[in-house]
Amino acid sequence: MGLDNVQNIILVLSGKGGVGKSSITTQLALTLSLQGHSVGVLDIDLTGPSIPRFFGIEGAKVRQAPGGWVPVPVHEGGSRSNETDSSISSKTIGPLSCMSLGFILSSRSDAVIWRGPKKTAMVRQFLSDVQWPPLSYLLIDTPPGTSDEHISLLETLLKTTTPSQLSGAVVVTTPQAISISDVKKELNFCKKTGVRVLGVIENMAGFVCPNCSECTNVFSKGGGEIMAREFGVPFLGSVPIDPAFVTLIEEGTRPVYPKGTMIDGEEVGTVQAELQASESPSHNDLLVGKYTSCSLYPIFNSMVKAVLEKADDPQS
Amino acid sequence: MSPSLEEPTQVELNAPLKSAPKLVAPEPEHCPGPESNQAGKSDACAGCPNQQICATAPKGPDPDIPLITARLSGVKHKILVLSGKGGVGKSTFSSMLAHGFASSGEKMVGLMDTDICGPSIPKMMGVEEETIHVSADGWSPVWVADNLGVMSVQFMLPNRDDAVIWRGPKKNGLIKTFLKDVEWGELDFLVVDTPPGTSDEHLSVNSFLKEAGVDGAVLVTTPQEVSLLDVRKEVDFCKKAGIRILGVVENMSGFVCPKCTHESQIFRATTGGARKLADEYDVPFLGAVPLDPRIGMACDYGESFLDNFPDSPACKALKGVVRRVGEEIGLGRHELLGED
Repeated sequence: MGLDNVQNIILVLSGKGGVGKSSITTQLALTLSLQGHSVGVLDIDLTGPSIPRFFGIEGAKVRQAPGGWVPVPVHEGGSRSNETDSSISSKTIGPLSCMSLGFILSSRSDAVIWRGPKKTAMVRQFLSDVQWPPLSYLLIDTPPGTSDEHISLLETLLKTTTPSQLSGAVVVTTPQAISISDVKKELNFCKKTGVRVLGVIENMAGFVCPNCSECTNVFSKGGGEIMAREFGVPFLGSVPIDPAFVTLIEEGTRPVYPKGTMIDGEEVGTVQAELQASESPSHNDLLVGKYTSCSLYPIFNSMVKAVLEKADDPQS
Repeated sequence: MSPSLEEPTQVELNAPLKSAPKLVAPEPEHCPGPESNQAGKSDACAGCPNQQICATAPKGPDPDIPLITARLSGVKHKILVLSGKGGVGKSTFSSMLAHGFASSGEKMVGLMDTDICGPSIPKMMGVEEETIHVSADGWSPVWVADNLGVMSVQFMLPNRDDAVIWRGPKKNGLIKTFLKDVEWGELDFLVVDTPPGTSDEHLSVNSFLKEAGVDGAVLVTTPQEVSLLDVRKEVDFCKKAGIRILGVVENMSGFVCPKCTHESQIFRATTGGARKLADEYDVPFLGAVPLDPRIGMACDYGESFLDNFPDSPACKALKGVVRRVGEEIGLGRHELLGED
């Protein structure tokens, strides 16, 4: 029942809103799935759930089964028959399912106007009443701040799970000082509650102009790394802004890059487009298949490996 | 027992807020809130050790609301800045609005930060290291300029990186103190910056200020659907709570590459952006502010973007929005910011 089927729980936290917690959660989930793990995503942002939109399953509804709620499946597990990156990920993709308050609301524009105790009750219910299939990883996407949802989440997790289940937290920030100062509060929150920080991800670090491939640091750069060093937690990497990823989420079109687009000194331009042709259509239509063409996928692939190393290493 | 899949009910929007009774145990699940009219009587109260305390607590309007109304009687216009989504630029916009209102030098402006867990206003205004003074008249706000005062929870933290790990009722208490005990004096404008969402802080600000009268709310959004989705919820909240929507501002719309001046839509408006949302709900569209890295820099260093880069396109757009806000609350076109 509840979290018994889950081997590892990873929280995605940030003190600041709009830094890309849900976007990072989505990409971590897709990458974990591409590496062959079974993944669940739990969205406890009650007043602004974005996870249904990110996975393109806004119309889906949660089913009720005896004893609990059945999470919404995004895709089934299966073999992955493409040759793109056989070196960096396994041949099979793991199943992926989600749970969010967005699946329960009757209209997508309805506001959920709740005070603390009601939010607490809902978070507890999400943790105890969802019948997850056997999962290697459960990612929990949180709202911004350090308030009711976070307190309830950690209270319940610390009470009902074993320390080996609760792997730790990934903290997301953007590079500018305004965001860093809020995220420092979140790191202190982790320290106070005894949650291990698996690492810091700096999101929105730089934007590559699709016209001239010039990289502009829209929200400056480097703040995340300095903060991670200051707090003695691992820095997982910087993720640039990729309009193609936004388009993938908003319109569902496979990312294609103009020739000569450089990210981290590697060309991600036309190579991908050629490879697409050779792919068999089995998983091509799924979000997870399209995501392999995204320039952010290699970045996440190595970040996820770093996170998993940390998570598997019991005390470091 | 299988959990219910029924649509969750909303909390009472007009529940009177008064000082919560002292509870002997934590609030149970589905607690209607010790301040609610249903306190001690609802289904969730059965068996709760607090039931007796809640049921016998005095009901009726909060005795502090008249005090708040009296305290704020010298404030001519009160404007809320709201957004369902985080990181769309509520605080940035609030600080620009405050700078914009104050720029003529004649108007007195107050800026209140109700984001308890992630206060950004002090940093953006360059007064991060300040602390508040308590005098016989109440708490004095921190003055950035002669006519621009700021209040935030950040000023009360002994260590600026400390996390404020508070549940709802404690946050409500602090917001009430900000409204009741801060000595704003005579103000032309009070801009209230809020945290993302539709929860405790928003309900409290709304109930506390109802008597005093709020001019309306400015909603801030970014152009992409993920953000509009949450802003729709905020529109719904304003309608339910009876807050007038002064208009919608689209922030971060379009980014001009400094090298080739090619404009890209970083956060692409696949569903028509804020303009369409404004049409959809029949609320005014106040303008679109382009993404300019210098706005972020100005905020990081606590400087006024409007004063530093008066000729940039983003600044022109911002000034346009400030004027439109002024028009919506019934000021003449040239009462703010002076002539261009």
